[in-house]
Amino acid sequence: MQKRGRPSWAVFAEKALEGIIYLCGFSAIIFVLGIFFFVFKVALPVLFEPNFSLSQFLFSAEWYPTSESNVRYGVLAMIAGTFSVTLLAMLIAVPFGLGAAIFVSEFCGSKLKETLKIIIELLAAIPSVVWGFIGLTVMSKLIVQFTGAPVGVNILNGGIILALMSVPIIVSIGEDALKAVPDSYREAGLALGATHWQLVYRVLLPAAKNGLLAAVLLGVGRAVGETMAVLMATGHAVHIPDGILDSVRTLTANIAAELGEAPENSNHYRVLFLTGVLLFSITFVVNLAADLVIRGIKKK
Amino acid sequence: MMFTETPFVRVKLRRQAVAKWAFFAMAVSMIVPLLLIIAYLVERAMPSLSLEFLVAVPAKGMKEGGIWPALVGTIYLVVISLAVAAPIGVLAAVYLNEYAKDNWFNRLINLAVINLAGVPSIVHALFGLGAFVYAAQFGYSIISASLTLAIMTMPVIIASTREALASVPRSFREACWNVGATRWQTIRAIVLPNSISGILTGIILQVSRTAGETAPVMFTGAVFFKAVKSGDLFPYGLGDQCMALSMHLYTLSTQVPGVKESIPYATAVVLLGSVLLVNAAAIALRVWLRNRKKW
Repeated sequence: MQKRGRPSWAVFAEKALEGIIYLCGFSAIIFVLGIFFFVFKVALPVLFEPNFSLSQFLFSAEWYPTSESNVRYGVLAMIAGTFSVTLLAMLIAVPFGLGAAIFVSEFCGSKLKETLKIIIELLAAIPSVVWGFIGLTVMSKLIVQFTGAPVGVNILNGGIILALMSVPIIVSIGEDALKAVPDSYREAGLALGATHWQLVYRVLLPAAKNGLLAAVLLGVGRAVGETMAVLMATGHAVHIPDGILDSVRTLTANIAAELGEAPENSNHYRVLFLTGVLLFSITFVVNLAADLVIRGIKKK
Repeated sequence: MMFTETPFVRVKLRRQAVAKWAFFAMAVSMIVPLLLIIAYLVERAMPSLSLEFLVAVPAKGMKEGGIWPALVGTIYLVVISLAVAAPIGVLAAVYLNEYAKDNWFNRLINLAVINLAGVPSIVHALFGLGAFVYAAQFGYSIISASLTLAIMTMPVIIASTREALASVPRSFREACWNVGATRWQTIRAIVLPNSISGILTGIILQVSRTAGETAPVMFTGAVFFKAVKSGDLFPYGLGDQCMALSMHLYTLSTQVPGVKESIPYATAVVLLGSVLLVNAAAIALRVWLRNRKKW
C-alpha cells in the first residue's frame, strides 16, 4: 500500500504551532526572571548611594524617606508589622482552617460537604479591597466597641481580616491532604473500634501532617503578600508595635502607600523597589518550602 | 444494640460527639459572621443601589453620582488581560501536560509557575511599572495595567488548565496515537474537546479575580478620576488611563472626605456581587459538566 503523506504545509504548520506551545511553556520561567530583573534593576543603584546602607535598611526602625537633613531608610518597623499581623492571622486561621478542613473531610455527609466546599470557594473569591473595606468600616467599629481602643484599624483588625482571607486556602489544601490519606488507614482504625475522633487525632493527623504543613505555609505566603486589605485595615503607623491594638504598617502596605508619592528614580522610589525584592524573596522561600513539602508527600 | 455500653465506650462516644460539634462550629464560625457582614454591607448600600447608580458618572468631586467609568474600566482591564493570559496560559499547560518530559528543566518550569502564583500583588505592580510603563514605553495606560494583570493570572490559568487536561484518561490519547495521529492532532481532536469545559471554567474563575485586583492596576494605569459620558460603552482607548471598580472603592473609602455614606458601600456591593455572581456561574457550570461526564 502506498503511503499518503500529509501536505507539507500542514506538517509545517504543526511544527510552527508546537514551537509556539514550547515557547508558552517556557514563558513562566521568563516571567519569574523578568519580575526579578525589572524590580531589581530599579532598586540596584540605591545600594551604591552614600546615605544608604543595607544593614540600616534591614535592621533600623527609622523610616524618614523624605527628610532633607536626616534621611533614613530602615524597614524594620514594617518587617515587624508584617510579622505581627501574619502571626496573629495564622494563630486564628490555622486552628479554624484545619478544624474546618477536618470537618469537611471526615465528619460531614456528601451533600453538606459539596455545599461547604462551594461556600469556601466563594469566600476565596472575595477581592482583597473588599476585605479592606470591611476592615475599615465594619471591623474597626466592632473593635472600638469591644476593646475600647482609640482607633479600630490596628494589628487585631488586620489579623482578623487576613485570617478570614487565608482560611479558604488552608481549608482546601488541608482537605486535599486529608483526602490523600489512604482509606485503608481509616478502615483499619474503624475495624479496631476507634471512633471518628480517635481516628482523626491518632491516625489521620499524623499521616497527613506534611500536607497540613503545606496548607499552613501557603496561608502564610498569602498573608505576607496581601496588600490592599492590610493597607486599609492596619492603620498607618510606622513603628514597632507594643501590643495587639497598635496600628502598624506592613511591607506591602508601605509600597502601596508611598509609591505614588515618591518621585521617579529618587532614592525613596528605589528603596520601595528594594522592599519589593525583599518581599519577592520572602514569598519565594515560603512557596518553595510548601512545594518541597507537597512534593515530599507525592514521592512517598 | 446488641452490646451493652461500658463506661469506657460511653466516654469514647461522648468525646466523639463533642469533637464533631466542635469541628462543625469551627467550620460554621468562619462562614456565618461573613454572611452577616455581607448582609450589613448590602443594607448600608441600599440608599444608593439602583440601576441609575451603575450607569451614572461620579458627580461633585466623586461625593455623589454613580460608578459607570469605573465599571467600564474594569471590563476593559478584565477582557484585555484575559485575552492575553488565556491563550498563553492554556498553551503553557498543554506543553506541561502533553509535551514535557520529567526532567530538571521542566521541574524548573513547574517551580516557576508555583512561584509566579505566589508573588505578592504589589510586586506585580512594581514589575508592571518597571517593565510595561517605563521599559516598554506604554506609559500609564490600560495596556500596561492589563499586561500586568495578565502575568498575574497566568499561573492560575496554567494550573486549572493542567488539571482539566490531566482529567482526560490516557487511554483516549493512546487510542488516537494508535490510529496514526501525531501528538498535536491528538491534542486537537481528543484532548482539547474533552477538557474544554474544565479549561473554560478555570478561565471564568479568573474573571472575578482580575476584576478585584487593586494594587497591580493602581500604579500602572488606573486613575482616581476620568471624565466619561454616562452610559458610553467605549470611552477608553488602549493608551488611555482608566478608572477601575476596585481602585474606585479604595479611593472612595480612604481618599475622598465627605462622600455620601452609602456610595462606598454600594460600590463594594457591586464589586462583591459581580465577583460572586461570576464565580457562582463558573461553579454551576462545573457541577453541571461533571454530572454529564461519561467516563
